[in-house]
Order: sequence, then structure tokens, then C-alpha cells
Amino acid sequence: MGIVRIAEAEARKAGAGTVRRVEIRVGMLAGVELDALHFAWPMATRETLAEGAELDVEIIEGRARCLECNQEYSIEHLFDTCPHCHSPFKHILQGKELSVKALEVG
Amino acid sequence: MCGVCGCGEPDGKATITVPGQAPRPVSEEHHHHHHAHDHPHPHAHAHDHGRTVIEVEQDILHENALGAARNRGYFEGRGIVAINLVSSPGSGKTTLLEKTLAALKDKVPCYVIEGDQQTMNDANRIASLEVPVVQVNTGKGCHLESDMIYEAVRQLNPQPHAFLFIENVGNLVCPSLFDLGESRRVVIISVTEGEDKPAKYPDMFHSSHACIINKIDLLPYLNVDVEKIKAYAQQVNPNLQFFELSATTLEGFDAWLKWLETLIPQKA
Repeated sequence: MGIVRIAEAEARKAGAGTVRRVEIRVGMLAGVELDALHFAWPMATRETLAEGAELDVEIIEGRARCLECNQEYSIEHLFDTCPHCHSPFKHILQGKELSVKALEVG
Repeated sequence: MCGVCGCGEPDGKATITVPGQAPRPVSEEHHHHHHAHDHPHPHAHAHDHGRTVIEVEQDILHENALGAARNRGYFEGRGIVAINLVSSPGSGKTTLLEKTLAALKDKVPCYVIEGDQQTMNDANRIASLEVPVVQVNTGKGCHLESDMIYEAVRQLNPQPHAFLFIENVGNLVCPSLFDLGESRRVVIISVTEGEDKPAKYPDMFHSSHACIINKIDLLPYLNVDVEKIKAYAQQVNPNLQFFELSATTLEGFDAWLKWLETLIPQKA
């Protein structure tokens, strides 16, 4: 699991034996099913340095800039249209993040 | 376990098989290379009750993205056009590929990477056309990743200025998240799958360059409006290029072949 692999590698580099908490950043447009992630977390961390670690998720809302009228707007889905001019063409500003922010080890 | 969709098993390894040879595991060696210069150095904060906080700031799909970039560079350097074929199971990817190869293989060198959970069935079909092919079996895995493509390409050792067709595992969800380093991603949907399928699986249609609407020979027996399929798909991705065809009757096939031929860089 990408998150666990990153957490273990960073913990080892810091000379720590256990990971207590993993903070991740998940954008609403990243295609991550949060319920499934929380459900799978204990199983994915079993028998790793991150076993028993808490998982903290920072959720990033989706935001886009309309390529037609330049207005910024919130989006829940990739296919949402601009509320001002209804164009589907957009530049996605945020919401596709999927990263490990920080770890607490000890 | 796949960190993105939870598929796979702890000891499960994907294997690569050349038809007629023994399977080999996909090497894990590049997973263990964790270069410090790939990301900003983590900072450790002050201790509190014997605990230390380390800033990491690393993208979870980072390793796959690195592998994809490496594959893309290799393909560009050798003038190889890599096509990632994605769809639900049963949309007609393999038949489409067989017919495409029959038309192209004498004009342009073609190579194939087949992805399935199990069996050599698809690779054997391609091998019988005398096109070089390797089969990746993902076991419990539900999608191909860039390191599997790297290994498979090493096996195939393709000539420059060739087509590489990658037939992904039949799955309209997870493969959308994994860049393989392809030149073009083509999503295939058959007319029996429901008009609103593109809206229900937006990530795949959003990340594709072209959309093949297959099995149009069945339209007389169905209550389906192809224009509605296209409209839903265009909502998710206004730039999609459409090809309506039948891989069995070959109706509409020429437009698809013409498009492929425009992708091959002209030799100097």
C-alpha cells in the first residue's frame, strides 16, 4: 500500500520503531472512497511499522477555474459545469491531491 | 495490498509470461529504491511524550508516476506509440485488438501487453496472430501499473517506430488512476452497457483521449441511443474523440485505423 510503504520508509529513516499517526491529504476529486480507505486501514497496516496507527485525513475540496469566463467555482465532480456560463471546460485548481502529509513516530 | 483500491494480497505478486515460457514475477526491486532526492527532506519537529512528527509531503501515487514517466521517455525516445485500452470486462477489447492487429501488423511493427487476473487466454489469442505478446497476470490485482509495463517492455524489446497495445485488466474504475506512460488512453464501451455509463464512471472517461463505442451491429436489437452515450461522455470530457464501430462486422473500423496511423511519427 503506497501510504504504508511511505510511512515505513520515513519512520526507518528517522530511526523510529513505530508509526503512531499518519496524516494524509485526499482531494474530493482524487477518486478515493474514504469509507473504504478507513475500513481497509487496519488490515493494510497489520504486521507493518504502522500497525495500530491512527489515520488522519485532510479533505481538500474541489475547485476549478472556468476556461470560458475565468470565474472560480467549487466542484464536486469532474464533470460539473460553470455556474455562471455553464461551460464544461475548466482548469482544476485543487481537489485531486493524494499524498502523505506527515507522520507521528515514537 | 494496493493502496488505492485495496486490491491484491500481501504476498501476491503480478507475473509476466511470454507464451510458451514459464511465468516470472514482476520485480519488486524498484519498489525498495527510495531515493532521498525524490522529495523534499522531511522535517522532524520537537519531541512530545517521546513522539516525533515528521513532515513527509509525498504523493501516494508517486512511485507509479515515476515509473510512468520513465516508460513515457522510453517510448518517445524510440518512437513507440503506446495505446492503453481500458474498459469494463466484456466490452470487446481483445476482439478489437485482434482485428486491429490483422490490419496493421504488416504495415507497422506491433507489440502487445495483455493484462488479466488469471490465464494466458488473451495472450494466446494474440500470439496466434504471430504478434509478439506478453501476458501480465495480476492475481488479485485489478489494474496494471507502470512497473509491470516496464518489465513487460523489457521482455518484448520492441523495435523503434512501432505500436505497443496495452490491453488493461477489464475494470472501469481503478485503471483510470494509474498512468502507465501511454501515448493515448482509449476507453471502449459497448452498446449493451447502458447509455449513462460514462457519467457513472467519470474518472475513466475524463482521463481518456478517445472513446470507442463497440458492438454497433447489435443496435437493431437494443433500445439504445448512441448520441446519448456520446453526450454523457462529452459532459465528463469535452475533448473525447469517438469511434462507433463493430469489431465483429468491421463496420466503422476504417476511421479507427486511420486515427491510429496518424499517431505513428513520420520517419525522418
